[in-house]
Amino acid sequence: MLQDKDRIFTNIYGRHDWGLQGALKRGQWDGTKEILAKGRDFIIKEIQASGLRGRGGAGFPTGLKWSFMPKQSDGRPHYLVVNADESEPGTCKDREILRHDPHTLVEGCLVAGFAMGAHAAYIYVRGEFIRERERLQAAVDQAYDAGLLGKNACGSGWDMDVFVHHGAGAYICGEETALLESLEGKKGQPRMKPPFPANVGLYGCPTTVNNVESIAVAPTIMRRGAAWFSSFGRDNNKGTKLFMISGHVNTPCVVEEELGIPFKDLIEKHAGGVRGGWDNLLAVIPGGASCPVVRADQIMDAQMDFDGMRAIGSSFGTGGLIVMDKSTDVIAAIARISYFFRHESCGQCTPCREGTGWMWRVMERMRHRGAD
Amino acid sequence: MSVRRLHPEQPESFSFTGENAAYLQKVIARYPEGRQASAVIPALMVAQSQEGWISQPAIEAVAKLLDMPDIRVLEVATFYTQFQLSPVGRKAHIQVCGTTPCRLRGADELITICKNRLAAHPFDLSSDGDFSWEEVECAGACVNAPMVTVGKDTYEDLTTETFNALIDGLASGNPPTPGPQSDRFFSAPSNGDTSLTDPTLFDGSVIGKYRAFDREELAPPAAPALAAAAPAAAAKPAAEKPIPKVAETQGLADSEKVPEQHKPSLLEAARDGKPDDLKLIAGVGPKLEEMLHKLGIYHFDQIAGWNEMNIQWVDQHLGSFRGRALRDKWIEQSGKLATGWRPSKDGAKPV
Repeated sequence: MLQDKDRIFTNIYGRHDWGLQGALKRGQWDGTKEILAKGRDFIIKEIQASGLRGRGGAGFPTGLKWSFMPKQSDGRPHYLVVNADESEPGTCKDREILRHDPHTLVEGCLVAGFAMGAHAAYIYVRGEFIRERERLQAAVDQAYDAGLLGKNACGSGWDMDVFVHHGAGAYICGEETALLESLEGKKGQPRMKPPFPANVGLYGCPTTVNNVESIAVAPTIMRRGAAWFSSFGRDNNKGTKLFMISGHVNTPCVVEEELGIPFKDLIEKHAGGVRGGWDNLLAVIPGGASCPVVRADQIMDAQMDFDGMRAIGSSFGTGGLIVMDKSTDVIAAIARISYFFRHESCGQCTPCREGTGWMWRVMERMRHRGAD
Repeated sequence: MSVRRLHPEQPESFSFTGENAAYLQKVIARYPEGRQASAVIPALMVAQSQEGWISQPAIEAVAKLLDMPDIRVLEVATFYTQFQLSPVGRKAHIQVCGTTPCRLRGADELITICKNRLAAHPFDLSSDGDFSWEEVECAGACVNAPMVTVGKDTYEDLTTETFNALIDGLASGNPPTPGPQSDRFFSAPSNGDTSLTDPTLFDGSVIGKYRAFDREELAPPAAPALAAAAPAAAAKPAAEKPIPKVAETQGLADSEKVPEQHKPSLLEAARDGKPDDLKLIAGVGPKLEEMLHKLGIYHFDQIAGWNEMNIQWVDQHLGSFRGRALRDKWIEQSGKLATGWRPSKDGAKPV
């Protein structure tokens, strides 16, 4: 079990001051100038050595992604874009970071932006997170007032601007190129790749898009070291992670735990067990709605990490567990998820635009026992 | 995807209030020159907060403000489902999350209440025009399911009783405090926190505690394992060493310099040509070890025998590594290493 001293997000429940003074007291913005003084390559190597994999669902190694940015600018500015368009059903961790621990993200923008040679970061917050966006903007303003952002941020000699942007209710904008389209003021329809954003991204400039959690953990990894972060979890699945436990558990919650924690321990320790006891567990969707559903007997002893979920035929996604007990009509549950994808298809490509509708219609027929 | 069209009845005109227009100028300034179209979503959202919904004149006003063709703004307004394209309830438009995590915890009962109390169909106005409702896709508060959004605020952990009370409160102009409608604290477990209870996280004692970046280069986590092999490789021909070679005390005022009388005893070469592996001292890497060799420092017992002034003298000759010797407690570390103690593989440090 992860100990409190090794948790990165120490105010995830909002029991303490979210503002700059509280953040400083919890050890954020501590030594940021010295971290930057170590240079770009040092930071990228350290993040690579930590084994951090992107926390937005796909699990791409974060340090490697940063290393794709051109080392020298060809005259075009570089951009960091933070994906706070958290819309995957079952996922609600970035919301807690934005509203209760926003300075982890603001500091992360400076460290990551510096590491990729970007002087500007845009944080794309989903449109529905209105109070969260206001809170984040307030944190950014505090950082500017304290000289932590802006010209010569933190006294590091690096100029860094952070801007808060928002969407208006489109799941597809969590896809990175759709997000960039949306940020440019267009419909959120994904771009063809290649070229990848690291070469042609926002406004045609080199861009890296990262999840909120991936950016927010970076400063703590730099302070405590790659060796510390990679001491949690097993190979290929290193570090700590925010888990979200929703559905039929006794005490749903968000909690930071070590990657690889057994499913049963996670639910027992933090979510008060399954409603009606372990025998009442039917199935789990382990990482947000786009991950395949897993039967109770398969997941009971599984390790909650990327490889652990792959081993049982699902995927780890964002770590948002949707727990279903035996009262659930699992076909209705999946039918509702099909409706979600039908509703959220951006309509650009025929297989998805038409296919998601058919998925939903087929599921509805099964649900009403109308399938032959 | 959802097909969305503009409302058949449109107002004559739209213009931003002075306050909103000024705010939007600030928003436009966030984007590079010529990229003002990036502000289209924020501008439409401001228009919606001003009027309650997005009308055709509002779309045209935004297009004019951002120097965009009308059709581009229309595309955005119809693509993003948070934009209301027809008038909503005067007092409240209730958005019920109906996706699976909320369904599992009773969202369908909330929708039944909406149908019975407000309007039979989503987006229809209630008979008094005060309310409207819709079922929205996941609003991102799954651990607080079921939940609804009203305006800027969310009401979470609802039951049929608390949802009815919310509607009553909105009707009477006295809505409850947003957030969980049970006695729960945001997203924490309802029966007491299972994490973040250690008071030392919050008393300021972590400030300055972690300085892993403060080292000369990236060392692999399992560095101690190299210890056995290192000394032989590090042995160097002895005689070629004038003492001291490194004297980087430039930039120091004379008064700050530690006098030469505090110079510790230094060696021409390692005893028997076998230096200790100084890299075993936590914080010393190959570069720093080479510097120490150049100064004439080869053995743990040498360092262990220094006094406070000796270590300060050495520190002044360490160039960009100044401060390291004292901070990393070399004397104490070397004292332990000189006894034959070695770091274990789990990374335990000498002190």
